[in-house]
Amino acid sequence: MKNKRDNYAEVTFEAISENEAFARIVVAGFIMPLDPTIDQLNELKTIVSEGVTNSVIHAYDSKGGKIKLILESYQNDVTVTIIDYGKGIEDINKARELFYTSKPEEERSGMGLTLMEVFSDEFYMSSKVGEGTVIKIKKSLELSKEMSA
Amino acid sequence: MSLSVHFFLKSDTLFIRLSGELDHHSSSQLRERINTLMEQYEIKNIVFNFKNLSFMDSSGIGVMLGRYNQVKKNKGLLLACDLNGSIEKIIKLSGLYKILVITKDEEQASNYLGVA
Ligand SMILES: Nc1ncnc2c1ncn2[C@@H]1O[C@H](COP(=O)(O)OP(=O)(O)OP(=O)(O)O)[C@@H](O)[C@H]1O
Ligand SMILES: [Mg+2]
Repeated sequence: MKNKRDNYAEVTFEAISENEAFARIVVAGFIMPLDPTIDQLNELKTIVSEGVTNSVIHAYDSKGGKIKLILESYQNDVTVTIIDYGKGIEDINKARELFYTSKPEEERSGMGLTLMEVFSDEFYMSSKVGEGTVIKIKKSLELSKEMSA
Repeated sequence: MSLSVHFFLKSDTLFIRLSGELDHHSSSQLRERINTLMEQYEIKNIVFNFKNLSFMDSSGIGVMLGRYNQVKKNKGLLLACDLNGSIEKIIKLSGLYKILVITKDEEQASNYLGVA
């Protein structure tokens, strides 16, 4: 089995809804060399989509701003970091609750952060009101290595 | 790779065939198009066909919950058919399983509603 090389990518883009698809394509391209399963690929795309969407609609109230996406891989572990410089979150524990949303009038379901946690192996979140939010997740693609070995 | 949508009506049921990717960006146009149709026609039930949808996130759940609340007012039903792997997982997590009717395909959905 060939050794996987460590890798790193960073992209900063405007917080507009068009870039939700762009960010999914970035993560899909980044993990291609790691031979992910279809499920792993879809789960990572969902994680990125949820994080970027939250920055677009919550952090910047759909008025635009900057989002930074950082991707790293070590062996078969991938980490995804999503950073915004928006309004921040007052109560992180409440935000993480399944079905909690501060925008029910926009037909949000309050599932985004829960999906990010469920689809990753490790989840970290920090936020400061008025300064922004950082979410970092780690996902192991170990299973795909075993299956293709 | 954006969303494309095909609509058709069978008596009082609106069938919505989704293909491509349903996210926050594409969900707003979908919501508007459904609402316009619901104003124009007497629609009781809605059937979402996921066969050609390759991606959906929580924004799709929001659209379905919103349409469920609409059809519920007229004692209508919301159906979902041709669910695949990760979309099925997200729908399960959302609890939509408890309020939706899930069928294998459009034919089964038509039979269920008696609009075949
Ligand atoms: N980047 C962020 N900046 C500011 N607030 C955020 C951010 N991400 C999440 N939040 C807050 O946390 C809440 C929960 O987020 P979550 O993604 O779980 O649900 P949602 O976005 O409201 O709905 P859904 O993701 O189902 O469409 C949001 O309603 C918002 O108040
Ligand atoms: Mg969200």
